[in-house]
Amino acid sequence: MAATTKKHARRIAFPYGETAAHAPVLANWLVGLRTEARALIADGLPSPRVEAWKYTNLQPLAERRFAVVGDVSPDHVRHAMAKAELGRSAHRLVFVNGRLEAAFSDLAALPKGATVRGLGDVLTADPAALAGLIGRSEAVRGHALAAYNTAFFSDGVLITLDAGIALDRPVHLVFIGAAGASPVAFHPRLIVDAGAGSQLALIESHIGEAGAYWANPVTEIAVGHDAMVRHAKLQDETMDAHHLALVDVSVGRGGRYESTVLTLGAALSRHEIVVRLEGEHAEARLDGGYLIGGKQHCDNTTRIEHLMPHGSCREVYKGVLDNESRGTFQGTIIVHKGAVKTDAHQLCRALMLSKGAEADAKPELEIYADDVKCSHGASAGALDPLQMFYLRARGLDEAAARALLVEGFIGETIEGIADEAVRGYFAARIAAWLALHAAGPA
Amino acid sequence: MLEIKNLHATVDGREILNGLDLTIGAGQVHAVMGPNGSGKSTLSYVLAGREGYQVTEGSVTFEGRDLLALKPEERARAGIFLAFQYPVEVPGVASATFLKTAVNAVRKARGEKEYDAFEFLKLAKAKREALGISEEMMKRALNVGFSGGEKKRNEVMQMMLLEPKFMVLDETDSGLDVDALRVVAAGVNAMRRADRSMLVITHYQRLLDYITPDVVHILSRGRIVRSGGPDLARELEAKGYAGVMPVAAA
Ligand SMILES: Nc1ncnc2c1ncn2[C@@H]1O[C@H](COP(=O)(O)OP(=O)(O)OP(=O)(O)O)[C@@H](O)[C@H]1O
Ligand SMILES: [Mg+2]
Repeated sequence: MAATTKKHARRIAFPYGETAAHAPVLANWLVGLRTEARALIADGLPSPRVEAWKYTNLQPLAERRFAVVGDVSPDHVRHAMAKAELGRSAHRLVFVNGRLEAAFSDLAALPKGATVRGLGDVLTADPAALAGLIGRSEAVRGHALAAYNTAFFSDGVLITLDAGIALDRPVHLVFIGAAGASPVAFHPRLIVDAGAGSQLALIESHIGEAGAYWANPVTEIAVGHDAMVRHAKLQDETMDAHHLALVDVSVGRGGRYESTVLTLGAALSRHEIVVRLEGEHAEARLDGGYLIGGKQHCDNTTRIEHLMPHGSCREVYKGVLDNESRGTFQGTIIVHKGAVKTDAHQLCRALMLSKGAEADAKPELEIYADDVKCSHGASAGALDPLQMFYLRARGLDEAAARALLVEGFIGETIEGIADEAVRGYFAARIAAWLALHAAGPA
Repeated sequence: MLEIKNLHATVDGREILNGLDLTIGAGQVHAVMGPNGSGKSTLSYVLAGREGYQVTEGSVTFEGRDLLALKPEERARAGIFLAFQYPVEVPGVASATFLKTAVNAVRKARGEKEYDAFEFLKLAKAKREALGISEEMMKRALNVGFSGGEKKRNEVMQMMLLEPKFMVLDETDSGLDVDALRVVAAGVNAMRRADRSMLVITHYQRLLDYITPDVVHILSRGRIVRSGGPDLARELEAKGYAGVMPVAAA
């Protein structure tokens, strides 16, 4: 009896698994994965009793009943696309409620040795191309939310770069969420295989157009020896949306993975990154910024595993919280035995614009190797009254002073975006948020 | 231009200014000197409108308006400028961005045309070169990692760009090397005009050698205890506070 109660408490019942339309199983290797995933979701969603979900309660998701994804008018799509204007050329794929819309996509002129393909097409035409690239890690296969993706994904993207290929234009994935009267759910699967010495800039724009929906993307990235993947994501879903993302990355010797995640939208969101630095001198930079208000909940969870010597990682997560919003950061860094000369630094800061907001931080360093440099820091506080006074004494009104300070605080989180136009795209989204929020009374 | 009458102010419940009277006419330069902790910076903060500096009695009238009723930004737009004794570091905000925002906020309030990026850069270049401030410093976060002297020069540059009517310089000379002092004083002097007044807070005669005051006041325990001409500052330098203060105040 006690055991059942306990098991119950660790799970939230969620009938989605039984009601969702079965996704196509088009290859033998996929049968096993889908079956394994369905077994994992049979129990429902993890509750806050599960340590990894301590700060993020999925009950609101469990209460949603999802309809089958229907068609969306091209006007909606066009309207949403205005928020996806990068200001530079890119290889672009547009997904509406999880389905690739070829009409809005643009894949002209990829160099030889590079492929960018819709996953739906690959699944029907060439599923063998995916074997070994999906569900590679235990972090994905054992993940309670990723399991829904694995069980039900039907579209997404496959990006492969042969050794030494450097794409001069970024790949821009645009995800538009546009639900009608009933909520919809979609589970895009993004697969990136960056060969030795290759270079890729991957940009995601998650744009909320209308309604309540559950976006559940899972991304699996293999960064080869000496390869570099620069990943930047904007999450600007509707205020009724749930956005729960997992990114799983392996980095080979001398390789580098960079991630910038900017969260503005969704009622409930989580961006979780797992990085394994599998070769010597592998590097990761993870930056995250979020600006939230109302009753929004934003969760950033990262786990970086140093498996070999001379690896390094830098993490900076910063949040701006207004009203009764809640932000959480869980950052685990594991330095495995033998990963000597690891250099790992983590910082998380929260700027509270309102007394009703709340920020939690849970840094965890697990170090099993000698001769490593590791540090972490966490802080939360309000705007500095003296800084406010200084700016106002120079003629800025309260709203302008606040906007400038908030921008100065959060700006660091997008500085790592190498491409100036792309950085400007992110900066403009921050400015738009500030124009709406910082103007109000503190 | 500025009239302070019987000003009483408290900070954290402690009375710092008690019955301060001071009248500064248009075009005048007044110096305020006084021992550490006598309330000089408190006076400057009260004039600029800092939160927590509670006026409990008295009045401050600026060009016929009740200054104390205005918010800090309204005072700045009306033409009050405080060069801080300790300029505030603002991480993440580039000096140039801040300056352009401030200058345009003030110009807009005055009904003047806002500068575009090009016009502003040109104007800022002239001012910063006059003060020996490098272009690189303008790109750095406001006051962050600036040396003491650089911060003070930066204050004066802001003042030149904002073109106030009434400026309070709170120990702008401290932290400046001899050459910088000359450059900064020249900048301040260049701003002297028949319709612009200054309150110069300082501990040293040195600054007043460059910026000759019309009146010198001695502040002690929150009130003006003696006023005189430029000679008073020299007398103070020679005799110290005990030597210049009326017996009752010392
Ligand atoms: N927040 C505060 N709480 C309590 N006392 C304060 C506070 N701020 C200032 N004071 C006190 O008010 C008094 C006047 O301070 P103020 O800074 O005005 O002096 P000052 O004349 O500018 O001195 P200095 O020459 O050292 O700059 C000092 O005794 C100081 O300790
Ligand atoms: Mg002082």
